[in-house]
Formats: sequence, structure tokens, C-alpha cells
Amino acid sequence: MEVFTNLAMGFAVALTPYTLMLAVVGCFIGTIIGALPGLGPSNGVAILIPITFSMGLDATSSLVLMTAVYYGAMYGGRISSILLNIPGDEPALMTTLDGYPMAKAGRAGDALVLSGFASFYGAMFATLGLMFLAPMLARVAYVFGPAEYFALYLLAFTTLGGMASNNQAKSALAACLGIGIAMIGVDNSSGLPRLTGGNLHLYDGVDFLVAIVGLFAVAEVFFFIESHGKNSSMGVKLDKVRIPWKDIYDTRWTMFRSSIVGFIAGILPGAGASLGSFMSYMSEKSIAGKDGGFGTGVPKGVAAPEAGNNAAAGGALIPMLTLGVPGSGTTAVLLALLMTLNITPGPTLFTERPELVWGLIASLLIANIVLLLMNVPMVKIFVKILMVPPWILLPGVTMISFVGIYSLSGSYFDLLLMIAFGALGYVLRKLDIPTVPVILGILLGGHMEDALRRAMVISDGDFMYLLSSPITIGLWIAAIAGFIAPMFLRKFLKKPQRVTD
Amino acid sequence: MKTRIFKVLMTGMVLGLGGTGVATAAECIAPANPGGGWDFTCRQISKIMYDIGAVDKPIQVTNMSGGGGGLAFNHVVGERDDDADLIIAASSATSTRLAQNAYAGMTADQVRFVGAIGIDPGVIVVGADSPFKTLSDLLDAVVADPSSVTFAGGSAVGGFDHMKPLMLLQRAGLTDITKIKYIGLDGGGDAITQTIGGFTQAMTGDMSEVVGFLAAGDIRVLAVLTDERVAGFDDIPTAIEQGYDVVAGNWRGLYIPRGVSDETFEMWAGRLQQVADSDEWAEAMTANGLAPFTMVGNDFQGYIDNLVVEIRQMSKDIGVIQ
Repeated sequence: MEVFTNLAMGFAVALTPYTLMLAVVGCFIGTIIGALPGLGPSNGVAILIPITFSMGLDATSSLVLMTAVYYGAMYGGRISSILLNIPGDEPALMTTLDGYPMAKAGRAGDALVLSGFASFYGAMFATLGLMFLAPMLARVAYVFGPAEYFALYLLAFTTLGGMASNNQAKSALAACLGIGIAMIGVDNSSGLPRLTGGNLHLYDGVDFLVAIVGLFAVAEVFFFIESHGKNSSMGVKLDKVRIPWKDIYDTRWTMFRSSIVGFIAGILPGAGASLGSFMSYMSEKSIAGKDGGFGTGVPKGVAAPEAGNNAAAGGALIPMLTLGVPGSGTTAVLLALLMTLNITPGPTLFTERPELVWGLIASLLIANIVLLLMNVPMVKIFVKILMVPPWILLPGVTMISFVGIYSLSGSYFDLLLMIAFGALGYVLRKLDIPTVPVILGILLGGHMEDALRRAMVISDGDFMYLLSSPITIGLWIAAIAGFIAPMFLRKFLKKPQRVTD
Repeated sequence: MKTRIFKVLMTGMVLGLGGTGVATAAECIAPANPGGGWDFTCRQISKIMYDIGAVDKPIQVTNMSGGGGGLAFNHVVGERDDDADLIIAASSATSTRLAQNAYAGMTADQVRFVGAIGIDPGVIVVGADSPFKTLSDLLDAVVADPSSVTFAGGSAVGGFDHMKPLMLLQRAGLTDITKIKYIGLDGGGDAITQTIGGFTQAMTGDMSEVVGFLAAGDIRVLAVLTDERVAGFDDIPTAIEQGYDVVAGNWRGLYIPRGVSDETFEMWAGRLQQVADSDEWAEAMTANGLAPFTMVGNDFQGYIDNLVVEIRQMSKDIGVIQ
């Protein structure tokens, strides 16, 4: 089996002491980031990216570290959901529904362990799925031309827009804003500068990292200043932690089903982990029926969303790696990381950089086991960290990200730009306009435009070329459906304010 | 009070980090982020110069990305014009952009080109099942009907990959080169994928970009744009053999500030020659798909001057510049 030879090569990369250390460190930091309310996986990864450059990590090491943080954050999110009734990150929202009641009923330890195991189950399932399915998906490369890519980017915008907000128009506005920002710089198809005002700093366009750190981290600080920093307080006491074997056994089918649902939600470009946990919770709830007692603190209600969101996290890596289209907010940030490292994720990544892809997969397998060990016996350490007051934490992470960005570009202009993006992020969130579509616009807007203009060159300006293959037609239908459907489903989907997974 | 301490700490760290760039040893500026071709040039040349004793202190590498190299160029011309301890990584992208005024009006004669010590040879590639068997098949088809063939390449319109088919087709007798269809993708790998997929009919790029696909049997290299066949790829004919006198490759080299003395210019040219002659560089070239191409000192400055004139004329012809 080719998969196993590749995997052996991957383990050879992942099991070097240095890479292994990065994976463990990443898991630890990630769990903390996930556990702290307000710092979600996408913020966490965005903040840490500049550090990987300061450390001079190569592509494989950076990716291993960042995906370990990503997986760790998906695990960590549940801790504050269960103990504080505040989701540590967006996808953990559903975990509060049964996790907190369970903790209040004196079973906080059980809920933490069970959800930790469910996270492991979902993440493992998704990593195996990534291993077997991704190489297959990688072969679609040769059937994707400019017209197909254009339709694919359109799909990413319309579906993420639909999921990220309560209001389609606001998502669309945010996406357009991002696409507009993406137009700044030297135009790829004519070599002429656009919207730069003659400023050489803007010739390369706006750096994704600057935008991401500004929109997420800096904006977070502004919000913190505004709220004068409320202290976190533990609402629930945590006693002895033991393993609830019976609950784990009872929820085995719940975890299995939720993993599948979450994995599929993750693969869909733009859907992401929030949708994964939401759909797995809802489907389990309907399977259990009225007598299931969902919402009152049942183990199944804890296991389902955690298995779902961790499976989605793994699934979301597939379109990111094979198509260069992110499946969630965090993978959008990871995509920016890859592009900065001069790696173009896409159909050829698996053949051109097998050591990177398989090293990553092997690291994910290892990270998962490390995370299970960290999150079950050592869960108390993370509970302690929830006590760190935000007025220490937030300025600290912001300082790190400023230094990181400066060390990358060496230009103060980027720092000013970053603060401007922070202000923009603050205003957007005040207006309840989601920021993830803005990032997506900056990331993909240029590519989408390039695809359109390439298609126009090839077809001598014939717009029907955009609908010339079955794939394009399918993608266009999915894109339109993805944009319209949430409007009708809204009353069934009580949506969170913003996606931060 | 505590926030003030934070501020001081932060400023201190930022200054400290910036301060390390101003070391006493020589400095090599890579006008791009870590990981690209310019970064490779700086790091390899700096390391080898120190290893073989051409310089007594390690050369500090600084990344200064922005404006496709324009920011670094601006920095050198404006602020470091007489710095004898400064070298800057360059490639054919540098000369192409200078020829097209892409550096906000700055020109190639504002710096001195010291030399090139390696080249990534240009290639013209088609899919393995393409009807075009030789370079002539392809070029004749374009001359007969320019809209029937789209070229894909890894650089933007007007970039060096675009120039290669234009040079070839001019030699093939096509007068109106604006008719040639070219799309610029994000790197040679994407351009090949599009060509194998049949969306474009031919790919123009560098040898290092196609080696992997060649080994997999997915593509056919119609011509390599060098004087002689490339060692290790002896069955690939040159364009010259097929009657089209075009030599084009992505050279890797250095420039230095304009205001330095002729002795400094000769000193860097000599050091570069030492690197070119070293075994370490030979290994680095093999590992990265480069072919030998050593030209230092005044010869190289003359080569650049001619290249800039040719590319400027061609860019005017296709309307990339006025």
C-alpha cells in the first residue's frame, strides 16, 4: 500500500526529536489558547505565525507546530465551556449546552474527560480520513482549469458568508471589502500597480498576516479596553478526575456518527468546525428524541459536539491542502502561513512536497495522542491557566505578535497597517459584520480575479467559458444554493455571532 | 504603571531586534521573504564566502521584502549608495522589472551588477500527449493562428516567463507579438498542471520547475534555452539547434550600490568568482536544479545592459509599458 510507505516517510520526519518537541509544545499552547475565552484557534494561530518566522523554522516544522496548535485549541475550547459556561472558542459553543449542566450536577471531571476522549475520537477519525482521502482528492488537480477555480472560489465565498453571520448582506459586504483590499498592489495580469498611491510598501499588496493579526488580535485588545476587562471566575468546582468508562462506552455510536458528520462538514469549503459541532449535536438530538434529555447535562450531548468539531478540524485540512481553498477560518490562516513560506497548497502539493504533507499527517497522529494524554490526566493544569487575568494575557500576546510581524518584514509600515486593521476589526464587530469573510477576501480575492482573467484570455473574452464544464456548472449551483439556503434555514439554525474556528 | 513597563519592554525588544541588522560585518539583502530564490542566493553565497575564507566575518543576511524587490532597491539607492559592505541578491526578475520601470522609475544604472554564478535554464514544455513534437511544430502553429495556443507560465504578464515565448516567436517570424496568448499563474507547478490538464497548450518556465514532472513522464520538454544542452538532460535539444537563436534563463547573482569605488566592485567580483569555483556551490547548484553560468565584473554589467534594452523594447511592443 502506497499510503503506508508514505506514512512511514511521514513518521521519519515527525519522530525527529525537534519536530516531536514542536508538536508537544504546539499541543500545549493550543490547549491553553482554546481554553481561554476570547482567544479562538484562528486568533491563536494568527498570533503565533510570526513567531515561527522569528524562530527560523522551515516549512514542515512551522506547519507541524501550527496544526498542533490548531488541534490543541479544538481540544481546549471545551474546558471553559464546561467549567465557565463560556465557550473558549466558537465551535465549543454547543458543548456548553450539556457540558455546563453536567458540571453543575457535580460531574465536571466526568464531562472534561468524556469530552476529551470524544475530541480524540473525532480528531483521530478525521486524520485517518485525511490520510486515505486526500491523495484521491489531490488527483482532481488536472481537471481544474481557470473556469473551475473561479467557480470554486465563488463557492468558498458564498458558503462561508452564509455560515459566518446572521445576515447574508453583511457577510457579502465583508467579503467584498476583503476582495477590494486584495486588489491593492501590482496587478498580476498587466504588471501595473493598482491603488498603491505610489507607495512602494503597497506594491506587493497587503500582507495577509498583517490583516489577520490586526483584525483578530489587535481588535480583541480594543474590545478588552472597552469592557475594562472583566475577571474570569470559576462557576464550578472541580474535584477528583477519574475516567467515566461507562459514559465512554455508552456514547460510542454517538461519537462515530458525529465524527462522520463533522468530517463532511469540515471538507466543505467554508463550513468549518462550528457547523460540524452544530450539525452533530442537532442530529444526535433528533436521534435521541425527546427522552434523550439533551440540554440537561447528558453525556451524549457532551460527546457529540466535541467529536464533531474535532473531526471537522481535520476535515477542513483536506480542501486547504489539496485545493488551496480553506475549509474554515483557521485553515484560512494556515493557508496564509503556507503561502508566506512559498508553498502553494493545491493539487500538486502531494506530489511536489510529500515530506511536508506526510510529515504533517504523522505529526497530527502523534499530536492527537499527546493531546489525549494532556487533556485527560493533566486537565487540572489548564484549569489553573483559566485564572490568568486577561490584562496580563492580552497585551502579552499582542506584544509578541508585533515583534513577530516586525521581524518578518522589518518595516514599521506594516505595524501601522496592523493597527489600522485592528481599528477596522473593532468597527466591523461593533456593526456585527463578520471578519472572517474579510480575511477570506484578502486571501482569495486576488486568486479569484486571476482565475477570471485567465479564463477570459483563454476563451478570448467569452463569458460562457465560465460554465463550459460539468464541474463548473455543479460548483455554480452549489455556490448559489450555499448562499441562499441559510436564509431559509435560519429559523432552524440559531447561529452564533461570529465564526472564530 | 504596569502597562507602562510593558510598553518599555516592548519598545526595547523591537529596538533590539532591529538593532541586530546593523552589524559591523558585510550584509546581504534578500529583497524577499525567507524561502524564495533571492533568499537562497543570499544565504548560500554568504555561507560559502565565509566557509572558503573569502570574507573574514560571517555575512549577515537581511530580508527586505516589498515591491517585488523595489523596496530594497529604493533603500540601496536612497540610503546606502556608498556602502562598500553591502551586497544584494538579484535575478532575471530584477533586470526585467528595472527594464519595465516597475521600481517606481528607478533604473538599472543606479546600481552596479557584480555578477551571476548560476542559471536556471528556460524551457518550453508541452503535455506528454500533445500533438506538438518539436519546437517548430508549436511555433509554426502559433504563427499560423495565434489564438489557437495559450502559453502558461509562473510569472505575471510581462514577466520573464512571458518574454521567452515572445523572443522565440519573434525569431519564428511573428510580427505582431501582442496576439500571443499568455496567462501568468502562481509558480511553474501550477502552469504545468494547467498544461497537462489541457487548459493551456504550452508552458514556459525554468528547468528546476519541470524536473519533477519530467521524471513522472507527464510532460515533454520541446526546448531548453541555453547555448548547449544541459548536463543530465542530454536528450533535450536547445532552441538554437532547432534554428531559434534564443538564450534565456533565470540567472542568480548580486548587485552592489552605485557609489562604491572600482576596487570594491572588483573585490566583490573576485569573491563571487571564488564562490563560483568552489565545490560547495557546485553541490548547491545540483541540489537546486541550476546550471553553471558564471559571469562577473564588467562582462556581467554589459550583459545586463543589453538584456534591459531588449526587454524594454519587447515590453513596449506588448504594451506592458508605454
